[in-house]
Parts: sequence; structure tokens; C-alpha cells
Amino acid sequence: MKLKLSAPIPAGLKPQPRRPGEKDPGAAGAAKEAGISAVDWLDERTSLSGAARWMMFRKVPKGTNWFYTLGSATMIAFLSQAVTGVFLAMYYRPSAAEAYESVRYITNEAFLGEFVRGMHKWGSTVMVILVFLHMGRTYFFGAYKYPRELNWVVGAVLLVLTMLMSFTGYLLPFDQKSYWATIVGVNINGTGPLVGPYLNDFLLAGPDFGATTLSRFYAIHMMLVPGLIAALIGAHLYLVAKLGTTAPPWLKAEKDPELRKESA
Amino acid sequence: MAKDRRQKKSKYTADRNIPGAFEGETVTRRRFMTTTTHAAGAIAASAFALPALGFAIGPVFEKRERRWEAVGPTTDFTPDTYVPKVFTETYGIGDVGKTTVYVRQHNPEIDGPQKDEYDAYIAISTKCMHLGCPVRFVPASERFICPCHGGVYDFQGKVDGGPPVRPLDRFYTRVRDGQVEIGPRYSVNSELRRFSPRYPGEPLDGIGQYLYPSRPTARKL
Repeated sequence: MKLKLSAPIPAGLKPQPRRPGEKDPGAAGAAKEAGISAVDWLDERTSLSGAARWMMFRKVPKGTNWFYTLGSATMIAFLSQAVTGVFLAMYYRPSAAEAYESVRYITNEAFLGEFVRGMHKWGSTVMVILVFLHMGRTYFFGAYKYPRELNWVVGAVLLVLTMLMSFTGYLLPFDQKSYWATIVGVNINGTGPLVGPYLNDFLLAGPDFGATTLSRFYAIHMMLVPGLIAALIGAHLYLVAKLGTTAPPWLKAEKDPELRKESA
Repeated sequence: MAKDRRQKKSKYTADRNIPGAFEGETVTRRRFMTTTTHAAGAIAASAFALPALGFAIGPVFEKRERRWEAVGPTTDFTPDTYVPKVFTETYGIGDVGKTTVYVRQHNPEIDGPQKDEYDAYIAISTKCMHLGCPVRFVPASERFICPCHGGVYDFQGKVDGGPPVRPLDRFYTRVRDGQVEIGPRYSVNSELRRFSPRYPGEPLDGIGQYLYPSRPTARKL
């Protein structure tokens, strides 16, 4: 596929030879040139700058405002969850006997543990709020309409996956609240006719909350769903860059002055 | 009808002037190669994906054996009120696997004639049949009350009010060496007919018993 490049290579990446009479820029110039040639070396072998320019230097419609940043904010919230989650996994132990103790250690003893766990815990709430604000922006601005329906569908799947993350993550501290909330949540899931009971057996790894339920939730929470979310965010972003963003609904297309004269 | 003058495409590669075609050959080597590569890829992918999938959904079909567990001598229990006892319902997860069960003697005035050998003592599960919270027996009102969403059950465990969809689950009981023993769980519908155990929130009256199948390996005694 041929990418349509909308922006030229920035002037800074196209060094010109020194003009006659121009002063030797010295060490700073040499360092700059080294940086440029390193970037050029990479670009010559990967052609990444084309894709990067295609992604970053896009034309946006008139009237683009702060509401358009909610999607990026959601993505940053996800990245924050991913990074803090990876580091929490270095201390967390997903077994019924040890989970609570390891969370207690993170919160009370590990250096910055309370802070990192707090970011992960409160960040999850922030992410859910941002997802809904982003969805509301898309809805009220009519940005789900042709040709962006597929991106709305991808977004809806991402919403469900975010909810799944919240549900599976809630069990992990393994205190009374998270245990009973999970029991209630799983049983709500079980009220789905025909498939509900089987889904419950799958989620709980058996007829009851058992020895491997916690590790199962942990695997879903930190491997299965984050991978899916990352992949779908990639697809979501690709479609945003490919289709472009919409103008806010209060902006009307300007009429050709000639046409306006005709109708008068 | 006008005759189709286009030359019919032969299924034999030799007729289509493909270089190096064999006599009677119908599949081109390019197509054979493509198909083989796709098939090899599919086999390689299913070789790891299918076992992994089976590994993940295996517990759905696994049969769980339960052992009978003694909760106290027969003299502990009367026909008129419940005695709470703690026993291990799920093995291998320490205190989390323990649950309270309310036990009393069979009372012919309330329960009618004894159904079978497992009915001499009545053991009521504390799992609320709305969404699984732990219910508590309040002797003063002779009711089971759920703290989460206000489910209320009468002395027999039948629904008296609130959101629960069926009576409280029960456990099979038997007497061995003067001890009352608790066995596997079973569910009941509003007429206290026995069913294999179901999850809370799943009604068992009418069409409910078909909409909410039990585990394939879980059966009544």
C-alpha cells in the first residue's frame, strides 16, 4: 500500500552544506550532524519517518477543541495502568494464601509502593471516566457516523474490555470487599440464560470459588485483556489517522460566494 | 440459443499449456504449494491453540468429588431451630474455602414426611440465591436475612421477600457414628424439589431449570 504523505520532511532533517563564507559551527554543529545522520541511517533502512509523518502531521478540521483530547487522555490512562501494573506484578503473588499479604507489603512496606498502587487503583477509575467522556464526545459530535462506524464498534469493544479489566482487577487485593464483590459479579454473569452457568464455570475454574480462581483472574487481568486492548487501540488509532477527525457540529461548511449570489 | 464461442478452460494443466505439466495433472504446482503452506500454518497454529484452549476450559467439565464432613453429634441439633456450623466446602484455599451451614433436625410438622436417608437432618446453605452473599439466620424472626440486597427467607429457606429467585440451597446430610455429616450441595425449586446445584440468581421453576443447566458432571445423589 502506498502511504499518502501529507507533510514534507521537516527542514531540520534536511541539512544543507555550509555556504561560502559561513562560519564553522564547531562541536555543536558536529553533534547536530551526528544526530541527523543517526536518524537518517534508521530511516533509510526502515522508512519509518513516512509512517510517523502520516500519523503525526495530519490536517485537522477548523473548530478542533479540547474535547478532542479525551481519546489521547484515555490512552495515557491505559499506558499509566500498564506501566504501574507491570511493576506491581513484581511484588504481587496471585495465590489465595499469599495475595492479601503481598498487597499489604506493597502498600505498607515497599518503597513508593503505596504511591504506585494508588496510581493503579485510582487510575483505573480515571480511565473508566475518561472512556465514557470520550464516548460521549464521539456521540454528541456525531463522530460515529459514516465512514467511522467501524471505529465506534472498535471503541465499544474497548469499553467492554476496560470493564473486564476493572472486574478482574477488583479481586486481586483479596480482601473481604473484593472477594464478595467478585462473588456477586460472577453470579450476575451467571444469570445469562444458557451460557451464563458455563461462563461462570470458566471464570471460577470450577463450580465454586476455588484454588485457581485468583490466578485465573490474574492471568486474564494482566495478560489476556491488556494484549487485546493494546492491539485494538492500535486499530482505533490507525482508523483515526486514516479517516481523519470530524469538525464540531456547530460548524457549517462555508458556501461558495458565487452560489450564495445565485440563490439570493 | 447462441453458441458460446469462448474456449472452455480445461481442468488439465497440460491442456492449458503450463510448462512442465504432467499427464492428467489438475492442480498446478503453485496452487499445491500455496495450499500446503496454508495447511501447515493452520496445523502449527492449532497444535498450540487447541491444547491451550482445552486447558483453559477444562474445569467446566471436570468432575469434583466431595467428601462427607462431620459437623457435630446428633445431640447438638433440635427440630425447632438452626445451629450454625462451619465446614470446608472448597479444599486447598484455607479459610476462604470455609462456609457456614445452618443445621436442624427434620421436623415432620413443618417439612412433612422424611423423603429419604439424606433428609433426617436439614442443612441450609448460607449462600443467598440472589447473588451469593452470605445470609444469616435470625432466631427471633425465624427468618434468613441477606445483608446485601435485602433478601428474606422463611424457616424452611423458601423465599419470603426481596430479590432472591429460589429457596436457599441445601446439603445432603447423613448420620455416621453418632455424628451428623454434611455432603454435596443441591439446589431446590419453590416446592423444595431437588435439583443438581446451580449458581445463585438462576430460577428453577418452570422454564428456569432448562435455561440454566447445571455443570455436566454435577448430578443429584
